[in-house]
Amino acid sequence: MSSAAENLKAEAAGRWARLRRRFDDLETLRQRLDYQTWLLAAVGLLASLFLGLGDLATRGAIGRRQAEDMLATLEQVLPPDLHDNDLLRDVKTVADTVLGETQVYTARKGGEITSVAFKLSATGGYSGPIALVMGLKADGTVLGVRVVAHAETPGLGDKIETAKSDWILSFAGRSLDNTPDERWRVKKDGGDFDQFAGATITPRAVVGGVFKGLQFFRRHRAELVSPATGGQ
Amino acid sequence: MNPEFRKITRDGLWDNNIVFSQSIGLCPLLAVTGTATNGLGMGLATAAVMVVCNALISWVRALIPLEVRIPVFVALIAMVVTLVDMMMNAWLHEMHKVLGLFIPLIVTNCAILGRAEAYASRHPVAHAAMDGLMMGLGFTLALVVLGAVREALGAGTLFASARLLMGDSFAWLETTVIQDYRGFLLMALPPGGFLMLGFLLAGKKLIDKRLAARQRRTIAVGETLA
Repeated sequence: MSSAAENLKAEAAGRWARLRRRFDDLETLRQRLDYQTWLLAAVGLLASLFLGLGDLATRGAIGRRQAEDMLATLEQVLPPDLHDNDLLRDVKTVADTVLGETQVYTARKGGEITSVAFKLSATGGYSGPIALVMGLKADGTVLGVRVVAHAETPGLGDKIETAKSDWILSFAGRSLDNTPDERWRVKKDGGDFDQFAGATITPRAVVGGVFKGLQFFRRHRAELVSPATGGQ
Repeated sequence: MNPEFRKITRDGLWDNNIVFSQSIGLCPLLAVTGTATNGLGMGLATAAVMVVCNALISWVRALIPLEVRIPVFVALIAMVVTLVDMMMNAWLHEMHKVLGLFIPLIVTNCAILGRAEAYASRHPVAHAAMDGLMMGLGFTLALVVLGAVREALGAGTLFASARLLMGDSFAWLETTVIQDYRGFLLMALPPGGFLMLGFLLAGKKLIDKRLAARQRRTIAVGETLA
């Protein structure tokens, strides 16, 4: 029995020596097709392993940072005196024919729903979709609209940002009740909203997006603001 | 500093500058140099990735056969860039919000693959890391100069929103070069980048020519004196 173990040991040592010899002669080893194949496989495996570990190490922190970002965005359109609940937990997903699946955040004060906020993407811009977040009072009046992300032309279309111009604040107080459907256009198209000098396409897209958001709210109003369907 | 490192420094910053001499890595260059701040951020991120990639590739260079080196380099570079992206998103979130858009672009920067191939795969780790650092800083220099010129001509400012990138202590960098400037949109758009890059490349050639001429004169004077 001990000789069998010794045999095994000797065999392993022999294998190890052969392997060492191969690696001592890297020049020849590198030429071998099977070595190249195994190397590629090993590099792929190692890269995936490190990426997996990196993901594990950072996922929690990234999630927290994104939640903070989302909260900061929501608080831009939902004034603090309208809610005392945890906005990020009070969310429901609404399936809509136009906007698709939309996450709607509910603001409550003392349990009463005061307002809602949701993100949507306005199409028809000069350069890709324009991501908007809008806050609406329970009666459908706009509390505020902000642009979250866009790729419009700097110096022209970027006046939709609050950092560049006050234009986007002009939506506050509007609703489908006080502004008829055909007035939800830029002035150039016969509507109520200013365009920018030299840039009509971007504001037209944003006005269209806000209008779309208000119609979405009207379609789902019962579901969104009736207290019975609330809950954390 | 030993002469070899001095040569690497000179090569990276000027003689063999990625942008001005090798004219590679122009895709991220033109994409982000609308402002000097963006150029600086992208440049530093690229330099960091280059140091790590060069060192890593130099370290394993003996194992990599010539025939499959390109896929191995690409896999390693993509891994490093993705890791940097994730770590910045988790732990340097404010900076990631500004630079996040550009970091995946680093993968497309052929300069990194170029240095891995031309330098790191043939030199020891310390030299390769130094080369990555200097090439990266040279790239940063090009990005900041191009960004500064485009920003000054395009918007009349310099280092606008630098505090987003580096914190409030760098707010002093933000200056307005031209008061009440209406802006020159062409410079902010990609064609402006191409135009300005052309001028900068010509400028570098001109300086090199002057330097060479002066050197010839000095040598000639030295010979007559001797």
